[in-house]
Amino acid sequence: MSRDLSGAREVLDGDDVARALTRIAHEVVERNKGAADLVLLGIPKRGVPLAYRLAERISAVEGTEVPVGALDVTMYRDDLRLRPARALERTDIPNGGVDDRIVVLVDDVLFSGRTIRAALTALEDVGRPRAVRLVVLVDRGHRQLPIRADHVGKNIPTSLAESVKVRLAEIDGHDGVVLGRSAPEAEAEREATP
Amino acid sequence: MSGTLITGARVLGGDPQDVLIDDGVIVALGAGAREQAGDDATTIDATGLIALPGLVDLHTHLREPGREDAETVETGTRAAARGGFTAVHAMANTDPVADTAGVVEQVWRLGREAGHADVRPVGAVTIGLKGERLAELGAMAESAAGVRVFSDDGVCVHDAMLMRRALEYVKAFDGVIAQHAQEPRLTEGAQMNEGELSGRLGLRGWPSVAEEAIVARDVLLAAHVGSRVHICHLSTKGSVEIVRLAKERGLPVTAEVTPHHLLLTDELVAGYDPRYKVNPPLRSAADVAALREALADGTIDIVATDHAPHPVEAKDCEWDAAAFGMLGLETALSVVQHTMVDTGLLDWAGVADRMSFAPARIGRCDTGDQPHGRPVAVGEPANLTLVDASTTTTVDPSASASLSRNTPYEGMKLPGTVVATFLRGRPTHHTTGGTA
Amino acid sequence: MIRHLLSAGDLSLDDATLVLDTADEMARLTEGRAVKKLPTLRGRTVVNLFFEDSTRTRTSFELAAKRLSADVVNFSAKGSSLSKGESLKDTALTLEAMGADGVVVRHSASGAPYRLATSGWINACVVNAGDGTHEHPTQALLDAFTMRRHLGDLAGKQIVIVGDVLHSRVARSNVLLLATLGAEVTLVAPPTLLPNGIEHWPCATSYDLDDALSGADAVMMLRVQSERMNAAFFPSAREYSRRYGLDARRQALMPPEALVLHPGPMNRGMEITAEVADSARSVIVEQVTNGVYVRMAVLYLMLAGTNTGPTPEEAA
Repeated sequence: MSRDLSGAREVLDGDDVARALTRIAHEVVERNKGAADLVLLGIPKRGVPLAYRLAERISAVEGTEVPVGALDVTMYRDDLRLRPARALERTDIPNGGVDDRIVVLVDDVLFSGRTIRAALTALEDVGRPRAVRLVVLVDRGHRQLPIRADHVGKNIPTSLAESVKVRLAEIDGHDGVVLGRSAPEAEAEREATP
Repeated sequence: MSGTLITGARVLGGDPQDVLIDDGVIVALGAGAREQAGDDATTIDATGLIALPGLVDLHTHLREPGREDAETVETGTRAAARGGFTAVHAMANTDPVADTAGVVEQVWRLGREAGHADVRPVGAVTIGLKGERLAELGAMAESAAGVRVFSDDGVCVHDAMLMRRALEYVKAFDGVIAQHAQEPRLTEGAQMNEGELSGRLGLRGWPSVAEEAIVARDVLLAAHVGSRVHICHLSTKGSVEIVRLAKERGLPVTAEVTPHHLLLTDELVAGYDPRYKVNPPLRSAADVAALREALADGTIDIVATDHAPHPVEAKDCEWDAAAFGMLGLETALSVVQHTMVDTGLLDWAGVADRMSFAPARIGRCDTGDQPHGRPVAVGEPANLTLVDASTTTTVDPSASASLSRNTPYEGMKLPGTVVATFLRGRPTHHTTGGTA
Repeated sequence: MIRHLLSAGDLSLDDATLVLDTADEMARLTEGRAVKKLPTLRGRTVVNLFFEDSTRTRTSFELAAKRLSADVVNFSAKGSSLSKGESLKDTALTLEAMGADGVVVRHSASGAPYRLATSGWINACVVNAGDGTHEHPTQALLDAFTMRRHLGDLAGKQIVIVGDVLHSRVARSNVLLLATLGAEVTLVAPPTLLPNGIEHWPCATSYDLDDALSGADAVMMLRVQSERMNAAFFPSAREYSRRYGLDARRQALMPPEALVLHPGPMNRGMEITAEVADSARSVIVEQVTNGVYVRMAVLYLMLAGTNTGPTPEEAA
């Protein structure tokens, strides 16, 4: 565990992240009794690489390809009007769609729950899954809606004055989860990509 | 004796001296004035102020009769007095058009009743400004209004034959044709100066050549028939060159420039704010520089305001639909100070020439019973303007005496204040709280 | 993002790219989907204020707004107070009183959208849907979007725009936007139809269409009104189309992959022959489809968020 000058502290390192994902992959398969009908949808930005990593692990365990894609929720958010319009992220629904599938939503941090609410609404416009499950790498608490994750990498109790930043090799060059003080910019980023 | 003693005024910007006026006439100047004044004279401390002869505007739109919602003779001349003017030439494009002795006399009388400045009506050259048949120029000249300046201003007398006849005809009573130089076919639907900006903004261009072609033609016509011609609101570098050449050849041409063409450029149109919509249009910075230089060297004889009041709704709209024109009377002297005096191009004696002596001469109102544009000298009518050149004021349209608010200078800081204006010894304007 | 879209020249490279990328996403989200509606602008009111007839542009904006779930009100000149001489100002005040969030305005007077946006009459965002002979920024965006889909990044691409540049708002907006995107634009027209001062525009000009075609990645034909010949802009429709019309012979001078665009409505036989307009390289119909995506992007970026001034940098 390290601590930088701003008081930020790494609560998960790369190995921790890898282990958490491997465990979650097994949990998903166990819960689903196999990989049949699974569709993994990452929520941009960092939910998407996480979804791809999970898919890889599940494929390795089950020996079948798992469809994986991305679901941008920006246009479904309930806080759109609170800040200037944001750039959209890529939505990419795998061939075969989601109808009658088991959709596993994947995100990096679960916080207020509003992103997941938006994702559920967005999903409605894509199709009608048989069931929807939720995977998050970190659950930091402070829910504002009755939403919970089915699979959690790590529960990290936080205060509202703190920020949780997930770093992934695909985007940030390395893996890790950092707990820091919430600066105004950090706040904006957290809200934009919870 | 009674009368008014103005002390310490810098006449035409010269050394401070006292001026005694009585019964509408300048009775003493300099050292003797104070003794001659006696105890019952009203004293005005004009220390530090410039004294100019009452300004004369050769180009004013008073809008009455017909558009009394925009301006009346009363409000327009009040604005004139506040701007330091003691005489204004009221343009003919009223409704009805000032193309008969009846209309010009009406305007002249309204001016006398209001009493803020002498109104010298301009007669239309052609009936209804239509450019088809000459109006009764002689009848207007002989009327009580004594018209000497004739103009279809607003439109150009574009028919060369008609222009020739008009130039010839007014010689009989020493009149002058003041030409609004605008070739109509080259300016159909024109909205702004033609140049890079008009192309970018998608506004129909008003090319310089449309003015210059008429200026060149009319200078040659005037020379041919031996009559004088006056060019209204000259706005381009090319027109300056034509007039300069004509004057070098001794041709009988005079020209005016407006204050706005001395200061503002077409760049202001970029935001499509119709306050900057005027005819002729605001031109380029090169044109502005040429106009200043021409006014300084006398190629351009005078400054004339082209005061053109418009009601709010005529400007509170899209550019194409907006009216052409801007207010000018109250800001003219400040703009001239800013562009010509403060830049060293003209001294105050030069300002007196370009804004009083010369326009009065061109309008032939420098002689007769109640002349204007006379020297500041003993025995001359006490038409005087006192200017504080040391002030800086932010232009506030709501403070205008005009009925309209379409000034392009809103919010601009301009130098100089007209402290007082005297029309034949009677103050027609004095700043509140001031010394007058 | 800018608060109003008045000129294509107001868009920075980042802004323009954001609009095009967003339009890409709008296309992906709605193409071939059962539910074509997004809830994003629910509760927002978009007014289509059309002082000039343009069924295709109005319909495109209307569809875009509706796909984002905005309430759409159409104010057209015909059959309304607009044709009875109501001033732009009074119309604006009416829209403001009705609570319009966005006003899409088409007007025959250049600069009318500027007056709406800057006179303090309304608080709504203003989108210029074509003003006089000035600009038509969403048309330029949809043209760029269409070209980008086929040609990739437009930087360095050779775009030839042919026709009545003088009276064309499409040409003005395209020149500005394409210059921002790094494309090299050549305007081709008879000298009478090129505006004064065009040498200061960020593009090249030519009077010879055959010359300009050989290196083109895309050729955009502008609508030419045959009435222009009455004002001596050109002698006859026949001479115009012979010198500046795009026909099969000229199309053969273009590189095989070069695109043909036209903002519509076309004068078939005047600036473009039916054969070229309907050819495989013509993307004219696609332009119409893309217009909806681009307008969705513009409405989303301008109306979805708060709009109280300049936008802070987008969160990564």
